[in-house]
Amino acid sequence: MNLKNRSLISITDYSKEEILHILDLAEGFEKDQRQQILNKYVVASLFFEPSTRTRLSFESAVQYLGGSIVGFASADTSSVKKGESLKDTILTVSNYSDLIVMRNPLDGSARYASEVSPVPIINAGDGANQHPTQCLLDLYSIRKTQGALENIDIVMVGDLKYGRTVHSLVQALSLFGASFHFVSPESLKMPSSVKTWIKNAKLEYYQYTDLSEAIPKADILYMTRVQGERFPDPLEYEKVKNAYILENSMLDKAKDNMKVLHPLPRVNEIKEDVDHNPKAYYFQQAKNGVYVRQALIAAILGLK
Amino acid sequence: MNKKRTELIVSALRSGTVIDHIPSDKTFQVVNMLNLEETESQVYFGTNLYSDKYISKGIIKVSDTFFDEGEINKIALVAPTATLIEIEDYDIIKKHRVQTPETVEKIVKCFNPKCVTNHQHIPTRFKVIEDHKGNMKLSCHFCEKTMSKEDIRFI
Repeated sequence: MNLKNRSLISITDYSKEEILHILDLAEGFEKDQRQQILNKYVVASLFFEPSTRTRLSFESAVQYLGGSIVGFASADTSSVKKGESLKDTILTVSNYSDLIVMRNPLDGSARYASEVSPVPIINAGDGANQHPTQCLLDLYSIRKTQGALENIDIVMVGDLKYGRTVHSLVQALSLFGASFHFVSPESLKMPSSVKTWIKNAKLEYYQYTDLSEAIPKADILYMTRVQGERFPDPLEYEKVKNAYILENSMLDKAKDNMKVLHPLPRVNEIKEDVDHNPKAYYFQQAKNGVYVRQALIAAILGLK
Repeated sequence: MNKKRTELIVSALRSGTVIDHIPSDKTFQVVNMLNLEETESQVYFGTNLYSDKYISKGIIKVSDTFFDEGEINKIALVAPTATLIEIEDYDIIKKHRVQTPETVEKIVKCFNPKCVTNHQHIPTRFKVIEDHKGNMKLSCHFCEKTMSKEDIRFI
């Protein structure tokens, strides 16, 4: 298994074996997080748009490993504001670092960056397109709570049309033979391209509009936020923003092994009374992001 | 409009390429795609001509010019029915339908307004794919969005 110097732009860049390799490495970092293997290495963290979890968990991953971080947390504090092109920013920063972690609001910016950069790129989200490290931490959380990734029943809820995390997760879980249950308003249904992907993998999907009907089927209940910023029409957003709200009492009929995941941030879609239920796993899920990102950085720099 | 009239309008080529069976409403687009306004060769073209196979067609003849296969196949995006005929000394040396290319570079604009290619100076790149109904689609190498034929706009 050699992931050294390979950029990660889309989850489909990795084979099933490569995904499992990263999850295994992440398990090692969960057991022993403070391995000082990144001394003398510099990682650049280029966030052209705001982020809490992704940016901080990457930065904390580098620091737990003993590495250094350079970069910026918004385009306003970089030369992008002076009109510098993405190519020039990447070529410049690659002189100062061994690896670049990048979030950018433009779809496809990460793929482009990986083609001009002499150092590997990890995509920390390119607009509405891909967010592969979120997908890896979701897979890690599913495997950890269910014991395996094979043949799980996953219920995905909320914005299935614009939500990039659910699209990547469907692609990745298809490698392991999942059954998919989609709960969404009519206007936010899973796109046909994703359903075609499932059909091609010879797997099944089921669609619902009633959340309570789907909950008893779930090993994993994957809640998502309806993202206002992705809607072309604000009125459409108002109509659907509170379509599905998970309350603690709704979990009474859930399977014993079921866990609730959410990529966070949440707004209204999970009531706070769910937080104390042992089935709530979303904060632990965010913590797993650090182990997975440590694993990825170590593998790409050839240190594991 | 009749067959005899067609033959009178479009004269024979001694040497060069004939692009026949272009849908009439795409003739000018094909002229533009092949950048024929820049060529120094003689170019003849006709449109709304009588056709045995189609209701009406366009035809383009370019003397002393033989196109690179990669260059000519891009016209399949707008004229998949077009036929290419290469002529030397009034004889047909090669005749075949245009082939849909596997990739399309630099000539099509991505329909996704948030695609990086619409904001930075980056040559566009698409993979040509078919959906489950056999319709041709273009998948953007960068933003991974798939567009239908109706969304195609040339740069």
